[in-house]
Amino acid sequence: MSAPALQNPAPPRRSARRLDAALIGLVLGAVILWFAPVGMGRYGTYVLSLWLVMSIGVMGLNLTLGYAGQSSLAQAAFMGLGAYATAILTTKYGVNWYAAFALSGLLTFAVGLLLGFPALRVRTHYLAFVTLAFSTLIWLVIRNEQWLTGGVYGISNINRPDFVGIKLFGALEFHRFVVVVTLILSLKLWWLVRSPWGRAFTALRENPVRAASLGIDTRTYTLLAFAIGSAYGGFAGSLYAPLVEFIDPSPFSLSQSLFLLLMVVAGGSGYLFGPFVGALLGVVLPEWLRFAGSLYLIIFAAIVLALLVICPQGVCGLFERGWHALRSKTGGAR
Amino acid sequence: MAEFIAYLIAGIATGSIYALAAIGFTLVWQTSQTINFAQGEFVMLPAVLILLAVKLFGLPLWAGGLIGIAVFLLIFGAGFKLVVVDPMIKHGVLPLAIATMALSIIMKEGAKDGFSAEAQSFPSLVPTDMINLLGASISLQHLAIIVVAFAAIGLLQWFVGGTRLGRQMQATAQNPTVARILGIPVERMVLLTFLLNAALAVVASLLISPIYLAKFSNGETIGLFAFIAAIVGGFNQVRGALVGGILIGVADSLAAAYISTQYRLAVPLVLLVAIILVKPEGLMGRKEERRV
Amino acid sequence: MKSLWVMAAALGVSLSLPAQAQDKVKLVDVIELSGAGAAAGTNWKNGADMAAADINAKGGILGKPVEIVHYDTQTNPGNTRAAVQRAIDENAYAILGPIFSGPIGASMQISQRAEIAQIVGGEAAGFTRQGNPYIFRTSISQAAAMPKIAKYMKETLKAGSIAVVWVNNDFGKGGRDTILPELEKAGIKVAVDVSTEQGQADFTADAIKVKNANADAVFVYLNEEESARFLRAAKQQGITKPMIGETTLLGAKVLELAGDAANGVKGHVGLSTDAPIPALQDFGKRYREKYGFSSDHNGVKGYMAVFMVKWATEKQKKLDKKGVADTLRGATIKASEEPGILMDTVIEQNGDLDRDSFLAEIVNGKQVINTTLPRIKP
Repeated sequence: MSAPALQNPAPPRRSARRLDAALIGLVLGAVILWFAPVGMGRYGTYVLSLWLVMSIGVMGLNLTLGYAGQSSLAQAAFMGLGAYATAILTTKYGVNWYAAFALSGLLTFAVGLLLGFPALRVRTHYLAFVTLAFSTLIWLVIRNEQWLTGGVYGISNINRPDFVGIKLFGALEFHRFVVVVTLILSLKLWWLVRSPWGRAFTALRENPVRAASLGIDTRTYTLLAFAIGSAYGGFAGSLYAPLVEFIDPSPFSLSQSLFLLLMVVAGGSGYLFGPFVGALLGVVLPEWLRFAGSLYLIIFAAIVLALLVICPQGVCGLFERGWHALRSKTGGAR
Repeated sequence: MAEFIAYLIAGIATGSIYALAAIGFTLVWQTSQTINFAQGEFVMLPAVLILLAVKLFGLPLWAGGLIGIAVFLLIFGAGFKLVVVDPMIKHGVLPLAIATMALSIIMKEGAKDGFSAEAQSFPSLVPTDMINLLGASISLQHLAIIVVAFAAIGLLQWFVGGTRLGRQMQATAQNPTVARILGIPVERMVLLTFLLNAALAVVASLLISPIYLAKFSNGETIGLFAFIAAIVGGFNQVRGALVGGILIGVADSLAAAYISTQYRLAVPLVLLVAIILVKPEGLMGRKEERRV
Repeated sequence: MKSLWVMAAALGVSLSLPAQAQDKVKLVDVIELSGAGAAAGTNWKNGADMAAADINAKGGILGKPVEIVHYDTQTNPGNTRAAVQRAIDENAYAILGPIFSGPIGASMQISQRAEIAQIVGGEAAGFTRQGNPYIFRTSISQAAAMPKIAKYMKETLKAGSIAVVWVNNDFGKGGRDTILPELEKAGIKVAVDVSTEQGQADFTADAIKVKNANADAVFVYLNEEESARFLRAAKQQGITKPMIGETTLLGAKVLELAGDAANGVKGHVGLSTDAPIPALQDFGKRYREKYGFSSDHNGVKGYMAVFMVKWATEKQKKLDKKGVADTLRGATIKASEEPGILMDTVIEQNGDLDRDSFLAEIVNGKQVINTTLPRIKP
């Protein structure tokens, strides 16, 4: 886990340069994705949007796991909270989507704090166990409280939002909206990771004991990382509901939470672009592997397993390894 | 009262199933710090492999059984350790735990695509008769599970405490570095634990499948409950699995009876959270000083 | 960052689909092949494949061969929506499936917007009540089946109180929510209302609960495998009261898995390969020979779905997507005209079906049909 830290002997200049590259990458990616669906049909557009929405959820988990080193087995439950909060507020109470989006984030942030506080009081890795229980409990409530959530029948006819008077009903329009929201959220995260907070998160992951001895209030920062990560889950859910226009309890179960965790690791935990790669493997790869019938789940899991065995830093780590190897070669020649 | 006893006995019987699955969980954790999220699938698979061997080669049940068990021990006892655990253990607990999640998907989907998406009946080793116990009826199958669960724990305790091999294993679990200095073949000890884990999974599978039927998705529930049982009981103690398993089984049964069938699943989970807050090392566990 | 460019480009290439020539009838089957619905979906898929093989062996539809593509939904609404969207982008002639009502609910607006028929396997009452003219069932809805069961309990069994055991998914909850008012109307008391989990393995506590309620009969509304497990647990706990159920409780799978414990079970059967209809029995036999296990009602539904498309296309004498839905709405398909439909079927304006159904009983491990119930609106 501490490999990247060891490989960066001159951190200040190089990391600044790399992070600028990350910024350019994010913006460029957004521009490409803005135009990508042209001529792709509604299915392709929908899959792209779904990929981005899942990426937001995975991004949150990446903050918790990859930057702060805490494992959460409840990200799908947070997505569920966000999706249901948005769906209920917009369909039953006529709240506009933007307010519902903010409230969903706030709600999941608060729940994340409430959940993390007692768990982290005991021992850091107990957070995983508590979130495991939490995710199933949330799922039970969503399924059983039919008066509020529609129970097993779900909530249908969830409307898509407007943007300054433009209806986002069509697949392409909504996709572009999702691209913008994803860009804003990932820029926010990019800023966060670069800020002193982000450094504290990383210090926490690398060595909690030393972080504490350096005066970092480990518990507060761990809690914050977890709560912000959960809020990203809520944001993802809040976009998921209008994207699918229908929600029921099944996409928010424990196994989906585990699946999201696999996506973080597959993409590369602790890398800014890791979530995008991970969600690509989890959401888009199955669509590519349609020809393989139901075997694609095995293929996905086998890829993750192989990655973990060969390179636990995921696809991004693999790229970085290759990049370093290449650079040291050319550097040697120069 | 008779009603309560009936629920209690049903809970103990179910709990023993969870306990049987949870023992392996605690064993593997102790020697190699592996949280095996595929534990439920480990219990699901042997029965499926046996039925598959019977179906593919047209063998009689006992021969199919031998082949199925041998294949399982080889792949998921030794193979699991050599291919998945060994290369990953140096990266820490978490990547390994996540790798077992991926493994569980492979096992589950493999059983579905390679065998059947539907449940299949599995022959029982024990007569299916019912007997009367304190006014409640219980099947011999369930009784056998209870007996085997207790016997397995007893044997393991004796093995660890009373034999040379067991003490070597114990030393390996507690401090591999010191054990290595003392000349204990640490690698072989760890491998032994994994084989033991696989063997226990086979036993659990043979006993449970006649009741639960052989199906690819059975591991989900069994795995979840075994996981909860291990934490509640204390996952650094083998006997914790038994206590946790039975406690969870009884809680589940009583919840269905007296609280709500819709929220039945919530009760073991609430119990789990309560234990973590009050006694995080589990009911039977000892405090662990090792950093995880 | 280059990787991102490459990825986006690769995405663009692989997700844009070439248009296909209309030299075959392309049906897209959007179905549960993994997740909670895997068993039901596999049956449906096999049934649909068999129908396509049968049709192609006899020269196809209007001389064109049928091609069925199966897309797995993972029993997940979001993925189902993607699959249906893909089917429409790929210019599917009609959409078959899914079975679970969550995935149906997430995808039916899309086929409606594209004006293409979607023939589903769902039994829950809700989705044909939303005024969507492109959705069609392949079996009787719960709203039609439950009154028949309530009537049977009251008139034949003379039950005064019932224990209700149901599986807490859209199928089970839908059935339970439909039968409770019917029971109330018939003046039958619900002694105990037991919810169980999908995929639940241990039914001992539930069986004890039912036993203690001491009702005159037990209404069991679970999927096949859970039905078998419940029947075994009920037998172990010595429940002797009559067990009443719907199609899933009397399925071939239940008989195979529950063994003795299924004897004496009675109920209403919508579709069964044991029904006294030669076409259905023949289908069941051929299915068993081809796939090595007995088809449940979902296999029959998948088979019928393909023949519904065939019938409508031959009726309108052209390959017109929108016309399929228009032709099916309000149609009566007679087995004498289209043997593949297996039994006479009336399709109502909202996509619900009306057809004969059966009262059956399990005797010595065999399903025996006692009575054939006529259509509701003959």
